[in-house]
Amino acid sequence: MATTFDVSKHVLVPKHAKVGEKELKEVLDKFGIEVENLPRIFLKDPALESLDVKEGDVVKVIRKSATAGEAVFYRRVAA
Amino acid sequence: MPRKKKDVESQESGQSEAVEQVETPKEAPQEAAPVDAVPEVKQLDKTQFSRERMESIQHYVYKQVSSVVFGVLSPKMIKKMASAKIVTPELYDKEGYPVDGGLMDVRLGVIDPGLRCKTCGSKLKECIGHFGYIELARPVIHVKFARIIHLLLRATCKECSRLMIHPDKWGKAKSHLEKIEREEGPEARRIAVKALIEGGRLGGKCPHCKAKQVKVSIEKPTTFMEADRRISPIEVRARLEKIPDEDIELWGLNPKTARPEWMVMTILAIPPVTVRPSITLETGERSEDDLTHKLGDIVRINQRLFENINAGAPEIIIEDLWDLLQYHVTTFFDNSIAQLPPARHRSGQPLKTITERIKSKEGRIRHNLAGKRTNFCARTVISPDPMIAIDEVGVPKVIAMKLTVPETVNEWNMAYLKKFVQNGPTAYPGSNYVVRPDGKKKRITEETKEATIEELQPGYVVERHLMDGDIAIFNRQPSLHRMSMMCHKVRVLPGRTLRLNPAVCNPYNADFDGDEMNLHIPQTEESRAEAEILMEVQTQLISPRYGLSVIGCIQDAISGNYLLSKVKEMPIERACALLAAVGVTDFSRITGKKKVSGKDVFSALIPQDFDYQGQSRTGEPVVIKKGQLVEGTIDTKAIGGEGEGLLLRNLHKQYGPERTIKMLHQIFRLGIEHLFHSGFSTGIADEDLPSEAREQIDQLLRQAEEDVAQMIALFQKGELEVFPGRTMRETLELKILERLNKARNGCGQIIKGFVNDENQAAVMILSGARGSILSLIQMSACVGQQAMRGKRIEKGYRGRTLSCFKDGDLSPEARGFIMHSFKQGINPKEFFFQAITGRDALMDTALRTPKSGYLYRRLANAMQDLKVEYDGTVRDASGRIIQFSYGEDGVDVARSESGKINVKRIVDGEE
Repeated sequence: MATTFDVSKHVLVPKHAKVGEKELKEVLDKFGIEVENLPRIFLKDPALESLDVKEGDVVKVIRKSATAGEAVFYRRVAA
Repeated sequence: MPRKKKDVESQESGQSEAVEQVETPKEAPQEAAPVDAVPEVKQLDKTQFSRERMESIQHYVYKQVSSVVFGVLSPKMIKKMASAKIVTPELYDKEGYPVDGGLMDVRLGVIDPGLRCKTCGSKLKECIGHFGYIELARPVIHVKFARIIHLLLRATCKECSRLMIHPDKWGKAKSHLEKIEREEGPEARRIAVKALIEGGRLGGKCPHCKAKQVKVSIEKPTTFMEADRRISPIEVRARLEKIPDEDIELWGLNPKTARPEWMVMTILAIPPVTVRPSITLETGERSEDDLTHKLGDIVRINQRLFENINAGAPEIIIEDLWDLLQYHVTTFFDNSIAQLPPARHRSGQPLKTITERIKSKEGRIRHNLAGKRTNFCARTVISPDPMIAIDEVGVPKVIAMKLTVPETVNEWNMAYLKKFVQNGPTAYPGSNYVVRPDGKKKRITEETKEATIEELQPGYVVERHLMDGDIAIFNRQPSLHRMSMMCHKVRVLPGRTLRLNPAVCNPYNADFDGDEMNLHIPQTEESRAEAEILMEVQTQLISPRYGLSVIGCIQDAISGNYLLSKVKEMPIERACALLAAVGVTDFSRITGKKKVSGKDVFSALIPQDFDYQGQSRTGEPVVIKKGQLVEGTIDTKAIGGEGEGLLLRNLHKQYGPERTIKMLHQIFRLGIEHLFHSGFSTGIADEDLPSEAREQIDQLLRQAEEDVAQMIALFQKGELEVFPGRTMRETLELKILERLNKARNGCGQIIKGFVNDENQAAVMILSGARGSILSLIQMSACVGQQAMRGKRIEKGYRGRTLSCFKDGDLSPEARGFIMHSFKQGINPKEFFFQAITGRDALMDTALRTPKSGYLYRRLANAMQDLKVEYDGTVRDASGRIIQFSYGEDGVDVARSESGKINVKRIVDGEE
């Protein structure tokens, strides 16, 4: 499917970013979990199109939140 | 499990339907103790199981269930766990003794008191029963597995019984399927297998033996067809038997615990009699359980089938009997299959067989496992009592004498507890039971109580009657939020209803039109402490939903305080009387003043270091300075419940829950007390309007009607200015609705100008205690437009609503505008329109309530095991993260102020 529109630029799409190895370790240590315990995001998710991610990577989603201003979510990329 | 010395029976025992895999520390790994290792138990020495011994062992027996495996019973397993073979449908002989080899065989367990089990030797209640089995003359399909059998038949070759996936693709398919199962579960895996087979099809031929395949279809519930030929269960079983273990594993079954051929039964397990006890009626007649009836049918047909086969009867007769056997076995498992007529009693009511026992709301799971009944609880009608404290619950004496609290006797309370025993079960603060240290419970009666008093010594437990100050948990269904169950202190009262302070109606959503509520009495020190700390009314003041007070003044308490805060001057005696009635004995706040106003009286309840600035409902400022109400009137915005009372919230912030609840109680009482003194009542006269007002309203409505008539005229000429994106007709409707609405609101303004505090209906409305200005308008000025789905009424005849109007009449009158007020009376046409919307609203609520209830149930069930962990994350039971920080900001709404936590106050102390 040819993309004519970059969804990541859309106002309603929160910012997605790949989590580096070091940061990932910090996150996993902070919550005391394995990568499998993170919520999933599909590799085919349109928001990931512009990101260089593969299955097993972790993506960080920075959402606007009504309560906290900005809320960070981590998702494991799954196929 | 040290008692069972020789239960090493690993792996193979994994075939029972739910096998506990018990891990015993420091013993050989992977030992599985079967739930019911029947043959072994028989050989054990019975004396070993004496009660004392069991109890002494219990302390150090340590085992942990590491996993539970579900599987299908194999014929071998059924035979192994059975202790009797059932051959005859007869139950009892002439003497009424169970027939050997019958369905009530004594080897299957005991259901009569006094008898001992023939298999295990234990008595009723100790023996959990033992399985039996029937050898079926011909195999039958297990309905509950018909779907899986069907899928397997379609997935495997009819000739070689291999899974029809090409050997080259095997490895890839395996990893693919395993991933799917891990992520979406076994059901998804099976669907994926189907897709793989269909994708890799080569002209309908088996990739292994190249045999041509014929599509297998299922004729519900249990018949399989290949083209137009029926496949008999024997053939089905033969095909399933041939499937290799690896293929089964790839397809998504564990061949060790669930070989597919076991789903076609050659042997039927007979549940123990303890599962299907017979009941003895008063007439001495025995009535058998539904399952026994059904099993009787199965055994009977099975015998006949055997006989016919042995006698060499024609194939048709055998087939017929076989089908009948299939029907009986099917209904034994599930009697509510759509395609089958349910098996019935002679009375015509359908039998309750295994599936019906488990399923639905009345089934085992929802009725007995997810929900249980408790002792030490009470339920009756509730009624209000504003004189008891907010955290109290009034318990009728009759109930207080049935519910008990256990108190352990010790040196110091012996004399105190003896008094309860002395009073016995019939005098009020008495007691019903005494529990000896060995756990024996003894009922106290008039005759035995003297002896019991003598016997009493430290270590005994006296179950004394409920008394004032005891801890109780009070609840009203539906328990939608945590404030639906709160901890109250008992107050024993005369009467027959449970009493509660009307201020806590809100959190329970209770009223007194016949509502009933439940009361539970915690029985241990731990539970009482827990209830008090976590559930007491005080701790629930602030709702976790919106962070404001859920409990507050309601109804009369609000109108009372509203009127009181408007009183300019009152005699000092009366002010003192008010305060005294509320429980304030220190009058120093009001004495010494020349004039005492209502505000002064109100202020006497407020701490002297309290400052508050707020608004009343009308938007006027309400100011409290140094505990003195200087300006403004008190209404719902200050003292109301349900997220309205800001004054309450501020009090809570500053003085903590204990003091707030006390002040709230006093404020509540003050309001009522003021009304006691000044009198308060509303009547139809409150809807009277001065003739001046009436004229103004009539004028307003006439004007509106004229305006609408003009709009309609414009519309008919086609000159109406059209709203963007609307047709002219739509524009007209909108404009008319707007104009008529404006007219009715205008009525409200007129009414507001004419009412004063003499009008008590208006007082209730203005203070926010009850009613709305709209209802007052409807009663005294004009009912207004009747709308359905946001539109004026259009239903009825073509182009008109009633036959008395002209076709196409768009006037307010013809489209459901009610000009009159309820007090004036409405005419037949208006009445009809009102009935239309009235019925619509009624249906709407009647349909919406159960729907939203079910939505809520689903939500609650889906989220019930989510929990906030100590690191602030929200996780489910398996540790998966749902939210990285509770509510994205990690703030408890009930303990924060506008989304922030005031650390300073927490550090400074104050609660």
